[in-house]
Order: sequence, then structure tokens, then C-alpha cells
Amino acid sequence: MEKIFQRLSFSSASLVLLLLIGIFTTLFIAAKPAINEFGIHFLVDPTWNKEVAVEASDTTTSKSVKNNTIMDENDIMLDEDDEDSLNTITIYGGLVPIVGTILSTLIALAFALPIAMGIAVFLAEMASETISKFVGMAIELLAAIPSIIFGMWGLYYFAPIIADTFGGYQVSLLTAGLVLGVMILPFMAAITRDSMNTTPDVLKESAYALGATKFEVVKDVIFPYSKVGIIGSIILALGRALGETMAVAFLIGAVYSLPEKITDPTISIPVAMAVNFGEASGLGESALFYLGLILFVMSFIIISFAKFYFLKKVKL
Amino acid sequence: MTKVIKLALAASVLAGGLSANDVIKGSGASFPYSVYQKWTKAYYKATGIKVDYISKGSSKGIKDAKARQVDFAGTDKPLSPKTLKKFNLYQFPGVVGAITMGYNLPSISNLKLSRSAIVAISEGKVKFWDDKLITAENAGLKLPHEKVTFVHRADGSGTTFNYTYFLSKVSKEWRTTYGAKKSLNWPGNQHIGGNKNTGVASLIKQTPYSVGYIDYADAKKNGIVMASVENKAGKYIKPSLKAFQTAAAKASLDPKKDFYAVIADPKGADSYPIVAATFILVPAEKPKMDKRVTAFFDWSYKNGQEIAKSLGFVPLPDSLTNKIKTYWEKKGIR
Repeated sequence: MEKIFQRLSFSSASLVLLLLIGIFTTLFIAAKPAINEFGIHFLVDPTWNKEVAVEASDTTTSKSVKNNTIMDENDIMLDEDDEDSLNTITIYGGLVPIVGTILSTLIALAFALPIAMGIAVFLAEMASETISKFVGMAIELLAAIPSIIFGMWGLYYFAPIIADTFGGYQVSLLTAGLVLGVMILPFMAAITRDSMNTTPDVLKESAYALGATKFEVVKDVIFPYSKVGIIGSIILALGRALGETMAVAFLIGAVYSLPEKITDPTISIPVAMAVNFGEASGLGESALFYLGLILFVMSFIIISFAKFYFLKKVKL
Repeated sequence: MTKVIKLALAASVLAGGLSANDVIKGSGASFPYSVYQKWTKAYYKATGIKVDYISKGSSKGIKDAKARQVDFAGTDKPLSPKTLKKFNLYQFPGVVGAITMGYNLPSISNLKLSRSAIVAISEGKVKFWDDKLITAENAGLKLPHEKVTFVHRADGSGTTFNYTYFLSKVSKEWRTTYGAKKSLNWPGNQHIGGNKNTGVASLIKQTPYSVGYIDYADAKKNGIVMASVENKAGKYIKPSLKAFQTAAAKASLDPKKDFYAVIADPKGADSYPIVAATFILVPAEKPKMDKRVTAFFDWSYKNGQEIAKSLGFVPLPDSLTNKIKTYWEKKGIR
């Protein structure tokens, strides 16, 4: 029994590792054609799904002439499944989705950070027990709302408000960023509150005894003490905001162009993948996998960064 | 212990295998999904035979059909007889649908859009509503000097393919530069993308001075105002089931070519121009299963007309369904 138990728990643990490596490998293999085709230039290329003519040999030139003229009434476009008749190559570049992902995440963070800090300070230091419990519950419920609901709510009720207040389009970087902000708010608030609660009462009471005001206690005692936890919460929220798909898909506008203004529509990596996957094939599909790989690496770096911060805290 | 697990596994595999045999499995195009879904339900009620159709998108449907993972596949893009032969598939049309130009112009409800105006709007060349291209055909209307926002599908879809196919047929320039595609990097900088039909519908509804392409059923359901579109004969046709039917009757779908044709922009003075047929693929080497598939479609052509109409689709005209039946007989799948 002891042995079975040991083996079972060992295999459960190694399964996670296997899954992680497996996912990475499949992503990489699926992205390989796009990586070979576009290389590292993919990261800075703002064009997506654009056809360019290949420098063709004599036989294909004649074909391309044929393909570009309308032959008769019921003539059909060339079939993309007939690989031999292709004389163009489609260019895929990841810059727009990458920038869209980073910008929408930053907007979300800029919006959510001050509010989350306010909530946490209020709950940890100022509110009475009943209020703290009540508001805390509301925050946890907010975290439990599925993202599609945020998407629909954002599209039907939030987007018109944003367009009325800030002008520009209803679905835009700003709309997506703000709704993302609302979505990561509960995580940041809850973790920050918890780490603030770990501040020893002795420290706080000594500060009060020395004549510090509430604001000074928060600023000089609680914040420095729970700094690590706060940074951790930010990074975890970042990880969630980076990968959020469903809500953003409804709100970001899904336009492959770099935003000039904050109210312009653009696209993010998970959205590009979600909305294009159903009809993608060939190199386009591979380019989507390449984007996925980039997102995977991005979130991996951020999460491990967060992990190191937490580990440090334990050592202290 | 292990014996029990093995037994349970074997039982579940058996059970799964048995029930899977009963079900006719299909996948593919999302454009006709709402119709197929209702048809399968009605067919189950009438005959007790279960048909599963999963909306994966046309290209995944074609892939599934080639890999023989499904009993039939739906695609908005017909395969050429050459490709069909190469992959040993048969093809026939399923249903005809229409795409409308929905718009949101406060206090304007009878907008007319010429063919060149539609192309120019899609290209992002029309910046304001009082552009000459639009006002020329709308003499009685007072069009405001407001920015045009073009709404398109964000996700790859058969609707986009059929719309861009229409554009390609109307404009040579569009054909050579963009062509017909399921997802497109739309030109210009006055456009926004909505996720699925729901997204496009609500964006048109919520954005004043917007215009976008959307299938008839969703436009109607959401109360979106639809423009009259200039057809091949130069007449402006308001979207209606009758106009779609007229258009479908004009379509030249030839069984000799495995019905290989996109029917957009048909002839006829009363045909609505932006119509599309969607197709079914079946593997040629499985006549037994194919017979069950064709039985389902045969039933649906006959009994599913009202369902299709209620969803804004056009049932295939009798002349065409008769052709399809002869095609099935010839191929030995009826």
C-alpha cells in the first residue's frame, strides 16, 4: 500500500511536468514551419495575412496571369487546397498582436493597481469586521465571474459608455484594457489584502505609539512589509491579463493595425488565435502556433519571475 | 482491482462504439450551422436517427472529410471536380443563404448601396457618408457628414468568404488585390471587427454611422436596418426571402461539375446579389453511410423548408433538388 501510494503520488507529480514539456514541444513543432519561414523577424513585422507574389519561374508566371483574369461567368477563385496552383506566399507577422497584448495589459494594470491598493488598505486597516467580510466576499464573487460574461457585459453596456466618454470606437484598446482591469482587480485586491494582513500587530502598534497617523502607518510600515506580496499579486494579475481571451475577443476590435490612439481597435495574441483558429490552415495555422509559443514564453517568464519573488519571501 | 478496471474500460469502449455507430457524424461550415442544427433535431424527432453536426469552420470540415473523420462535411467553398477526384469525395449543395448590408444611420431607413459603393466601403475608401459614391444613388436622402465605420467579422468565417467572393465578382481590383477569403486583413483605418455574428450585430446596433455585412437571419433577429443592394441588372433589391429565392433559382449549379460553383451575383432583374450556397462533402468509398447521409438531406430538402425560411435561409428550389437526387443515384449513394 505504502509503495502504491508513493508511486501514485510520484506519477501525478511527473504528469504535470510531462504535460508542460509536451505542450511546449507540440507548440514548437506546430510553429516550426512559421519559424522557418519568418524567423525572428516575425516579432517586429506588423503585417498579418498579406499575400505577396513570389518571384516566379516561367511556368508559374503564365499561371498567375491566368489566375488573375476573370475567365467566365461561373469561374471560381483558385482553390487554396490545390497547392500546385499557388503562386503567392502569405506573410504573417506578430508585431500587432504582441503590442496589443502588452498595451491592453498595461492599461488594465494602470487602471486596476490603484483601486486594488485602495481596496486592500481599506479592508486590512480601516473597515470594521462586518464590512470587511462583506466587501471581501463581493471581491471573491467578482473573481468567480466567467470571462465570457465580462465580454458580453463589456460589449453591450460598457463599450457605449467608453465611446461616449472618450470618443472613438466602441471596441478598442481602451475598452478591452479597462474590462481586463476589472477582471484582474479581485486577484490583486485579495492577494494584497492577505499580505497586508500578515504585518505583525506589534510593528503597527509601535508606530501608532510613536504618534504616526494611519496614513503614515500604511505608507511606512504596512507597504514596505508587504511589498513582496504586492509585487507578486501584480505579476500574477499580469499573467492572467496576458492570456485572457474570451472577454477581450469581444472588446478589442480584432483589427490588425497598430493603434495610433488609445481608442483605436487592435488585436491581442490570444484573440488572434481564438478568432482565426477555426478557419486556419497551412502556414496561417502555423503562424498562430508561433504566436501561441510567444505567449507561452511570455507568461512563463512572468510567472517564474513571480515565483522567485515568493521564494525569496519564504527564505526571509 | 485491475480486472474491474479493465472490465469497466472494455464495457465503456463497447458502449461508446455501439452508440457511435448509430450517429451520423458531420462537421464543417459555420455559415449554415443554425439550419443544419434545426434539421438534425427535426430529423431525430421524425425518424429517431441521430445526426451530429459540429460547427468547426469550412477548412476544418474539408480536412475532416479528407481524413475520413466524419461521415459528411459542410463547406462554404466548393471543391473543384479535380480536387474531389483526388480525395475521392462527392459534393452537393446543402442550403442557400444571403448576406445583407446592415447599417446604423439615425433616421434613415431606405439606403441604397451601389456595387461600387459597397466595394469602396469595404476597401476603406469611403470616408464620410456624404461621399459622392453613396449620395449619387440616394438623391432623396440627406446623408450626414459623419465618418463611416465599417464593421466586419473578426473571426474567420464562411460569411466573410461569401462576402469577399461577391466583392471579387463585382470588382476586378478587389479580386486581384484581396480575393475571396475566410479571414481578411481589412484595408483602410475606419473599420472594427466583431466576434461572430453576435459581435457584428451588436457593433452595428451600438455604433452610429456604421455599416457592415451580416447574414440575413442575424440582421433580422437583431432588428438591424438593411440596405437595398444594386444587382447585376442595375436594379436595387431590398433583402427579402423572395428576392433570395429568385436569385437561387438563377444559380447555375451543374451536377456534371459536382455542383462546383459559387452563386454570388446571379443574373435576373429581381435577384438579390449577395447570395451564397453552402456545400456537403461525402466520402465516395462508403456508399452505405452516404445513403444514410443523403437520406437525411433528402428529408431535409423536403421537410426542412419552413425551418430554413424561419432562419433566413432559402430552401433549394425543386429543380435543383431533383438534379441533386439524380446525382446521388448516378453515384450510387441514394
